[in-house]
Amino acid sequence: MTAATASSPAAAAPSREGGTGIARRLHDVWAMTRRNLVHISREPTQLSDVTVQPMLFTALFVYIFGGGIPIPGGTYKDYVLAGLLALNLVTSTMGTGVGVSTDLHEGIIDRFRTLPMWRASVLVGRSLADLATFCLCALIVGLTGLVVGWRPDAGLGPVASGFVLVLFFAYSLTWIAICVGLNSKSPESAASTGFIVLFPLAFISNAMIPTQHMPGWLRVVADWNPVSAVAAGTRHLWGNPNPSAAIDVWPMQHPVLAAVAWSAFILAVAAPFAAWLFRRRTTE
Amino acid sequence: MRGAHLGGPAIVRTDRPPRSSDVVNPALKVGDMIEVEALTKRYGKTQALAGVDFSVPAGTLLGLLGPNGAGKTTAVRVLTTLALPEGGRASVAGIDVVRHPAQVRRYIGVAAQDATLDRLLTGRQNLVLVGELSGIGRQPARARATELLEQFELTDAADRVVNGYSGGMRRRLDVAASLMARPPVLFLDEPTTGLDPASRQRVHEAVRQLLAEGVTVLLTTQYLDEADALADRVVVIDKGRVVADDTPRELKEASRGARLEVTLTAPSADAVATVVPLVSGPVQVSDGGRRLGAGVDPVPGLATSIVRALDRAGIAVDNVEVRQPSLDDVFFALTGGHLGDEIPNGPASGHCAGEALEGVRA
Repeated sequence: MTAATASSPAAAAPSREGGTGIARRLHDVWAMTRRNLVHISREPTQLSDVTVQPMLFTALFVYIFGGGIPIPGGTYKDYVLAGLLALNLVTSTMGTGVGVSTDLHEGIIDRFRTLPMWRASVLVGRSLADLATFCLCALIVGLTGLVVGWRPDAGLGPVASGFVLVLFFAYSLTWIAICVGLNSKSPESAASTGFIVLFPLAFISNAMIPTQHMPGWLRVVADWNPVSAVAAGTRHLWGNPNPSAAIDVWPMQHPVLAAVAWSAFILAVAAPFAAWLFRRRTTE
Repeated sequence: MRGAHLGGPAIVRTDRPPRSSDVVNPALKVGDMIEVEALTKRYGKTQALAGVDFSVPAGTLLGLLGPNGAGKTTAVRVLTTLALPEGGRASVAGIDVVRHPAQVRRYIGVAAQDATLDRLLTGRQNLVLVGELSGIGRQPARARATELLEQFELTDAADRVVNGYSGGMRRRLDVAASLMARPPVLFLDEPTTGLDPASRQRVHEAVRQLLAEGVTVLLTTQYLDEADALADRVVVIDKGRVVADDTPRELKEASRGARLEVTLTAPSADAVATVVPLVSGPVQVSDGGRRLGAGVDPVPGLATSIVRALDRAGIAVDNVEVRQPSLDDVFFALTGGHLGDEIPNGPASGHCAGEALEGVRA
């Protein structure tokens, strides 16, 4: 053989296994997730989305709207916390789109494309790192809620399930955000597109206010909005007041199932689409 | 050597032998690690590659030379699976880059022209990430990163964020990153552009060491002395076409005649007219009229004739030099003497092309 192999004995030479096995894919995903977590630790101000904002929103909604909105069978703060959790997590996914778009404009993406790695780990790694920040966000919303007087009326299992339900939905939404980021010319346009999509999604729902008070057509949209199913499902699991249970629409009658189905559906459609967009975007 | 490994590439890492899934081109000429045939590629209206052919034998360095926009980077992008060609064929380690890009990526290391680094990670984290994503494992990646940081004198900056690195440091880190997985085929796209002389020397040393280890290298450069110093073979491309493909020595010999450089004591209006009958081709004037340069046939006694002619015209001479052509003389002859806006004065000072280019850039 040649000097190259002779000079790198097997003991010292790193092994360079092929790039398709499941173990290798998990390994690549983990490396990319850590990279994105380091990014977050370098620019902690970016974390204000999932730290300061939830505290602010929770305090504002509870103290400003709390007195003015009557909730049948309970208090507004018990009602609104599930909605605030959904609202905060849904709007946080905007950061995912911006991050993906930023990555595409960095030279490092060309480096990744010449490595024998699983390409999609660039996207999966980002989604998982963002999921970690979502968990932090959920924790902060929960703690702030407890401080302002929110109390779940259920066991530890159902309460935890409520958090998981919202986190699963937010995770599925990150894949839509990734698609937005991959389709955007710049991080700024990803942010503005995200804003246009996410804010109506978060607010035309029962997250902040029961839909019973909305005008007819808007109410139909709100009752079928996945965010409503997620918020209602979480209220149901937490044993908090859930006025939507009185609405005779399938997702409001089966909010937990509807929330899981919506999340699974979004994930099943958006993730392959994101992979396709990524391939298209990185072909020249 | 080749047959022993399923007809695989000449250089195969023992730790990751080719498998039956490896796709090897049986028509591969023995020893050619990089093969490019009639390659074409268009970006919008620009014909970046207009039918390029070259090959790089295993364990050698090919210098790909050309002015800005000649198509050097496009050729590298096609070979490193970043860009798809329109026509022609390209293979690395005997594997077609269009049909089996994932296989090709297991053999290559790339230092691209724009530093491909993560600005928010430290130098060390960048290297370890590249190593891990190359599949060499975390612990080996860490050890290799430490080794390369030391080799490229980045140890002191290893744990600082790349955002704060100087251009030269990023460039060195990029070259280091390309070496993380000890690839048998290395692509270096203008690896020393913007480096100070000491850093360039360090990169040159690293490249020589790799060649000694049997690594095959494709290096693009605008520095002719760099190609002269490192390349076994030089391919000059211009406007997407190969205009020369030879060893540095043969290229220099193929260039017509020698070069005359005259330095006058003071500028003189008659100097050019006096020299013209004795030289072939036009006379270039520089340094405010003090320096004359021209292509000449190296006949015996030429320098004496020049001095006598100038003396008869009453022009005092400080220095006369007749020398063999350097690679940059060849380069300018081949590419029609233009190098974009980089060399406004043409081949003014031939004997240190790299410095001249750097000077213009700076």
